[in-house]
Amino acid sequence: MIQIEGLQKVFNGVTVLLDVNFEIQDGETTVIIGPSGVGKSVLLKHLCGLLKPDAGRVLVNGTDIVPLSERALSPIRKQFGFLFQGAALFDSMTVFDNVAFPLREERKFDEAEISQRVEEALVIVDLFDAKNKKPAELSGGMRKRAGLARACVARPKYILYDEPTTGLDPILADNINDLVLRLQDHFHATSVAVTHDMVSAYKIANRIAMLHEGRIYAVGTPQEIQTTTDPIVRQFITGGGSTQEAKHGAVSIH
Amino acid sequence: MIAVLPRFKAFLMAQLEQLGGILLLLLDIVKTLFSQRPRWRETTDQICKIGWQSQAVVLITGAFTGMVFTVQTGLQFHKVKMDTAVGPVVSIAMIRELAPVLTALMVAGRVGAAIAAELGTMKVTEQLDALRAMGTSPVDYLVLPRFVAMLVALPLLTAEAMAFGILSGSVVAVKMLGIDGAYFWSNMIKFTAANDVVGGLVKSVFFAVFIALIACYKGFNAREGAEGVGRATTQAVVVSSLTVLIANFFIAVLYNAISPP
Ligand SMILES: Nc1ncnc2c1ncn2[C@@H]1O[C@H](COP(=O)(O)OP(=O)(O)OP(=O)(O)O)[C@@H](O)[C@H]1O
Ligand SMILES: [Mg+2]
Repeated sequence: MIQIEGLQKVFNGVTVLLDVNFEIQDGETTVIIGPSGVGKSVLLKHLCGLLKPDAGRVLVNGTDIVPLSERALSPIRKQFGFLFQGAALFDSMTVFDNVAFPLREERKFDEAEISQRVEEALVIVDLFDAKNKKPAELSGGMRKRAGLARACVARPKYILYDEPTTGLDPILADNINDLVLRLQDHFHATSVAVTHDMVSAYKIANRIAMLHEGRIYAVGTPQEIQTTTDPIVRQFITGGGSTQEAKHGAVSIH
Repeated sequence: MIAVLPRFKAFLMAQLEQLGGILLLLLDIVKTLFSQRPRWRETTDQICKIGWQSQAVVLITGAFTGMVFTVQTGLQFHKVKMDTAVGPVVSIAMIRELAPVLTALMVAGRVGAAIAAELGTMKVTEQLDALRAMGTSPVDYLVLPRFVAMLVALPLLTAEAMAFGILSGSVVAVKMLGIDGAYFWSNMIKFTAANDVVGGLVKSVFFAVFIALIACYKGFNAREGAEGVGRATTQAVVVSSLTVLIANFFIAVLYNAISPP
């Protein structure tokens, strides 16, 4: 379980996170939504200590990770997989070596086993043919998928996804949604996904949380979020237009 | 006048902060050196990149410095009929000063810049964060192999520059200046002590530490974007070159005090 208590983060005088209080339950997939620039990526980076808050606590399995040094964080971070918004692949390595990296760092698998698990992961994200390419030779969506394979390959307990389906076509996006669900079912992974893609959010989420003005503004099941009457949430999930207009538009088709 | 003082204070604070950051990095390197398993593959890769691939540059630098130094001293010494002293003068100058300093400057330009640019790019594209997120310390994975490789490579490159400087100097002395080869070599060997060679190599060890530390520090602290990486690279070269030149004086004085020539 990850508990976030009173999290505050200020960048050069600009308060990005004001007071975030939130719990992420084990075995669940939590989706964080919110407009661009609201601080979703910043929040995600606090969960494994990549950023240090100005105030507040982040408890991972009951341990406050905020005061920990980089060295002390290392074993905790090994329980995490992180998909960065820009994929953050190592550009000196091939796709294969990127995905193999977390396994090699664990130093408990031999090359044959690593090779098998990496190839398995690459097949799932549909990148098997690109395994010997360097990140510079890939499209944005391909990089995203390679980053996804790297985040999941060691089957971490917690997986943090920063916009897993952005930049992918609908079919691939749906494959990624299935992958997230499968990791949850088979390996009981706890996932936190940041996304703008409401279709994906409804499909993968057990709970959806909306970040707004530095706070978690609303939390609920996909059902609850979908049927909420709160104007701010409604505006975000329907993309600005009111429900009335949306219905009206649908009617005018025939 | 009034505006100058706070600005000078800010400048001084920034420099001190930087120095503190570099010392902390050194501390982290030493701690990591004794706590983590050595990364042989990354280290040998870096030795190859830093050492092997810098050889051409360093050899040309050493050779032509030795040659021009021999020509100039040879012509001057000829006026006072001291042609036979050219050998020792060239060899001492190469071994104690020219080879260590010029090699360090060439390596700072070639390798220091590359390290700062590589690490800076990794910083701004979140690759450093990706490493940290996987529980791998960037100091362990990136800095330590470069640091060790620099410590291995720079003294070797310096020794090569010394040898090539003296060798090409002797060729110039004999073929161009008409100095007797036997005199050149015997005088040179007579007046060059092991102490001098050790002094030169000790310097290069210090220079290796400075270049590696400054380049890694500048890379890690690059600001966002291409401009930030560019600035980090320039600063890495300028700061490490100046550090080499300034430290050279103090190390020389200190070494002479400890082990008089
Ligand atoms: N390292 C940083 N230094 C300074 N400001 C930062 C830093 N990282 C993020 N910010 C600021 O924090 C705010 C939130 O950024 P963040 O990347 O979390 O947004 P986001 O919600 O993920 O947006 P998007 O959906 O576009 O990815 C932005 O205003 C950004 O400028
Ligand atoms: Mg973001």
